[in-house]
Amino acid sequence: MSWLDHPENVARLYRGLWVFGGLLVLADLVVHRHAETAFDGWFGFYGLYGFVACVALVLAAKLLRRVVMRREDYYDQ
Amino acid sequence: MISEIPAGLILVAAGFLLPLVPPALRGVLGITAPALAFAQLVWIGSGYRLDVEAFGVTLALVRTDALSLAFGYVFTIAALLNGIYSWQAHRGVEQPAALIYAGSALAAIFAGDLLSLFVFWELSAVASALVIWAGGSSRAYRAGMRYLLVQLASGMLLAAGAALRYTETGSLAFDFIGLASPGGLLLIVAFGIKCAFPLLHNWLQDAYPEASATGTVVLSAFTTKIGIYALARGFPGEEGLIYVGAAMAVFPIFFAVIENDLRRVLAYSLNNQLGFMVVGIGLGTELGLNGAVAHAFADILFKGLLFMSMGAVLLRAGSVKATDLGGLYKSMPLTTILCIVGAASISAFPLFSGFVTKSMIMTSAAQEGYTLIWALLLFASAGVFHHAGIKIPFFAFFAHDSGIRCKEAPPHMLIAMALAAALCIGIGVYPAALYAILPLPVSYEPYTASHVLAQLQLLIFSALAFSWLMRNGIYPPELRSVNLDTDWLYRRLGLRLAAGADAVLHALFAACRDAAGVLGRAGQSALERFHGSQGVFARTWPSSAMALGIMLMLLAFLLSYYFA
Repeated sequence: MSWLDHPENVARLYRGLWVFGGLLVLADLVVHRHAETAFDGWFGFYGLYGFVACVALVLAAKLLRRVVMRREDYYDQ
Repeated sequence: MISEIPAGLILVAAGFLLPLVPPALRGVLGITAPALAFAQLVWIGSGYRLDVEAFGVTLALVRTDALSLAFGYVFTIAALLNGIYSWQAHRGVEQPAALIYAGSALAAIFAGDLLSLFVFWELSAVASALVIWAGGSSRAYRAGMRYLLVQLASGMLLAAGAALRYTETGSLAFDFIGLASPGGLLLIVAFGIKCAFPLLHNWLQDAYPEASATGTVVLSAFTTKIGIYALARGFPGEEGLIYVGAAMAVFPIFFAVIENDLRRVLAYSLNNQLGFMVVGIGLGTELGLNGAVAHAFADILFKGLLFMSMGAVLLRAGSVKATDLGGLYKSMPLTTILCIVGAASISAFPLFSGFVTKSMIMTSAAQEGYTLIWALLLFASAGVFHHAGIKIPFFAFFAHDSGIRCKEAPPHMLIAMALAAALCIGIGVYPAALYAILPLPVSYEPYTASHVLAQLQLLIFSALAFSWLMRNGIYPPELRSVNLDTDWLYRRLGLRLAAGADAVLHALFAACRDAAGVLGRAGQSALERFHGSQGVFARTWPSSAMALGIMLMLLAFLLSYYFA
């Protein structure tokens, strides 16, 4: 059994990632981000965008699966 | 002396020579030839021309400038890495074909006129199809055939566009073309097929994953980048490309998320990276064009690294399907680390190559006021991390333990991957080296606190989204499946249409045959009636009837003589 085989270690990593993400958002208060567009200077913009984009991507891909997914040997028949 | 031989032809010659040298020396030749070509490019530098007279015109066989050299350097580096990676794979046609393919791609980059470009364009198409066929399976054979048809169609469009330009302008020179000039439309479609424009893209995802473990690595480097180079040469600043590129960057990531074959996931991700480059070319600004070239350079290395790591997995574990894999970090720890370097590079983590190249294109889009395009590219960036940065290493090396216990990748593969990884990190840490060889002067600083923070936020929260979806069971499970893409149009719809047309023709033919039969039989029975054994003409008449007949005829003649 390696370290990663223990679910509690994976949970620790997961919580650690949230803490790191939280710190990065808080860093917006300290670091002046010079915005490239009208809205990317907003507090926590990139974090929120990344999270929402990925959730939307996965949900849309699940819908796409209903349309395009076929059996593995579809083209071999 | 050596400088008089085009660098590409050094590799082509080595490819033809390869089967003739003893097997023990083939690996050495596969490495020295690209090294020699690289050294030659460094030696001749910018501003070199080699003209030859052929077909009654002057052909610019070699024309070096900053744009072609940047691609030339990375092509020779990719060929060198491939030579190391496939050190022990010297059987059959794959390695000679791979060298000829790399050489013709290199020669295409340095072609100064459209006719030379066409010749090497086609040679690279045929050689790369051989690399796919060397995969050996019947799927590889069929996919290679489809691939070759698409590539030859691109070549035909290129030839037609070049011919049109020659008749209109009297020149074959390959410089700025533009959509408005003669043949422009044909040429941009020819280049667009190679760049895998949306709807013209599916040859890429169809064919590349069917090649061998080593074959896919070499394929990933060249064909699409010839397209990017040609587009950057011929159509910089063509605004439509911005929208085409944005579509290209976005749509493949949805397919990548649900794809089970990890090399096919990488093919979709390659398509998505090409989208960024096409946007950069479309912007046509100093930052955009430089970004496109820099990102092509970086992409060849990190995508090569990712394909190499998946090739090693295919070799050792026997599969690259996410459903078969998992837990391989225990057996292949070094491959795992090297794959993660590639994943970090494509995801544009600070200190890795993608961070210093992709951001040039995005910054340029924002500066030029294409805010929506910028937002789409940002979405695509988060998506890249999601499917290439996390999905590839996660499902291959972590996820649930598949129970597969195999050997670590062989040393030559590890060396090639380590070199590629070193270059990815080297570019990320010291971007000035790459910026120095870009076509235009660079005044871009990737490492600002603002940029690093923004990118880290984007990536960490993308990772959080992945983990959150995974832990809550929302993430779509990996399933053994194929996903329909535009290849369905010719693999199924086209097939059905052809089968339908076949049935219609068969029915038509049968109807004609039946009609002919009826007519034939009617004719035959008529013949029978008049000429058959019982027919009126075959009857035997008595000789008195004949004498009577003749007498009547003579009588009629006599009467007509008197009255007339």
